[in-house]
Amino acid sequence: MTLRERVKEAGDKLHGSQLVDSILRPGSPFKQGYSDSPRNRSYVIMNNVLYHLHPVKVKRHGVRLSYTLCLGGISFFLFILLTITGIFLMFYYAPTAENAYQDIQELSTSVAFGSLVRNMHRWGAHLMVLSVFLHMSRVFYHGAYKAPREFNWVVGVILLLLTLLLSFTGYLLPWDQLALWAVTVGTNMASFVPVFGGQVQFLLLGAVAVSADTLLRWYVLHVLFLPFVIVIFMAVHFWRVRKDGGISGPL
Amino acid sequence: MAELPEHLLRRSAEAKAKALGISVDEAMAILKGDAPEPSEPAAAPEPAAPEEPATPAEPATEPEPTAAPVATATAVADPTKATRVVPQEAPVAGPEGARTQRLLTVVRAKAIQQTKPEPQDKVNTWPHLMLIEFAALLAVSAILVIMSVALQAPLLEAANFNATPNPSKAPWYFLGLQELLSYFDPGVAGVSVPLIVGFAALMGVPYIDKNPSNKPSDRKFAVMLFTFFIAGSATLTIIGVLFRGPGFNFTYPWRDGIFFDDLKDWIPLEGH
Repeated sequence: MTLRERVKEAGDKLHGSQLVDSILRPGSPFKQGYSDSPRNRSYVIMNNVLYHLHPVKVKRHGVRLSYTLCLGGISFFLFILLTITGIFLMFYYAPTAENAYQDIQELSTSVAFGSLVRNMHRWGAHLMVLSVFLHMSRVFYHGAYKAPREFNWVVGVILLLLTLLLSFTGYLLPWDQLALWAVTVGTNMASFVPVFGGQVQFLLLGAVAVSADTLLRWYVLHVLFLPFVIVIFMAVHFWRVRKDGGISGPL
Repeated sequence: MAELPEHLLRRSAEAKAKALGISVDEAMAILKGDAPEPSEPAAAPEPAAPEEPATPAEPATEPEPTAAPVATATAVADPTKATRVVPQEAPVAGPEGARTQRLLTVVRAKAIQQTKPEPQDKVNTWPHLMLIEFAALLAVSAILVIMSVALQAPLLEAANFNATPNPSKAPWYFLGLQELLSYFDPGVAGVSVPLIVGFAALMGVPYIDKNPSNKPSDRKFAVMLFTFFIAGSATLTIIGVLFRGPGFNFTYPWRDGIFFDDLKDWIPLEGH
């Protein structure tokens, strides 16, 4: 018995086992083999939890890259990338005024791929703000916010706002001069809000000016609160896309 | 048909009693008397059953119900005739009279599911959409990795509350606002208008724009307005990023350099 045959036999045994059987859904193409047929094309979507975000069939014009430019999908993908790189960064970072800056420096110099992951997180965040904004513009120019999609536009604007807040709260965390003063300037703008300006600023900063308390507050907002909220709104957003009849158009 | 449990029989007797304005016991008697006979014609009916229907239940008004069960009980061979004779009481039991379906609700044309009168031109998500998405995903990953290898994220010296850099700039997506602030009184036009009114107006777009068409040629005004909004915010942001130097005064980037630390590693800066 050659090695090749043994490997094949072991593979067949594993494939027929109860364990593998229980992991894959009954219709899964991994189970029964994939041959290109309309039925199997449906099974690919139906038997995978991630692909299941999509319906089995979509409008033909919506598949054209020139219609959506993939901007919504890219925004979502960047969010996932930012979550993964962000979790990596959390292992090396403590949100205290004494340690924060030093942690970032050490991350860049003495952690394997630390510098790369930090750069990806930072540039990815800028790209996400950009792609969300462009996605909104695309939706406007297609008139895709019109009935029955009015409410999904509102959810989208909330998502834009949350994206900006996520980016802005992350801006402070390196605790360098750029972070400190950009946030000072940004939150000073909040104090110009009529009537509640002072309160809004105090709520944001946890103090009358940027301080160590602000660092902790923004860290918690950045890694826990805002991602939690944005995921909920994203779920509503994606769900409504399908419930409102899929992608808009054709023009 | 199986014998109905006592409590279910009692419940329907109560309903029947309420509907007909008779006592529950009377209704019970009707049910008990009617039910077994048309349903189990072949099986020998209980000895008590044939007598009960004849009791006070519905005396003179409807003579047929009492007659009918007798008819079916005797002439089992002809069930069609029996159904014709017992039109009212049939739903309770008889296999011929029993309806096997009932109307639950009427779904009107504008229901929660959007139904289209004609089929739409659709393609399978796999492979048509998934492949494009996968390609986009790879492209974005590649761009981001290359960008991250080539360009270092800015990290200035440690935060120092006593050294205010000049100029102090907000992140680029707020620089348009900061730019506005240098023109207008902060309380009125600087923040509240763009932020509160801006976001409220943005959210309200679908409720303000009542034009049902999505053809660009039908909505020139909306397109123009939005283009102004984008062009305006882009202009303000670009001025804020590139054309503002110390004291947030106007400078030319090609003359004095760029005063924006996020771009430190992008372009060799001379102004620093």
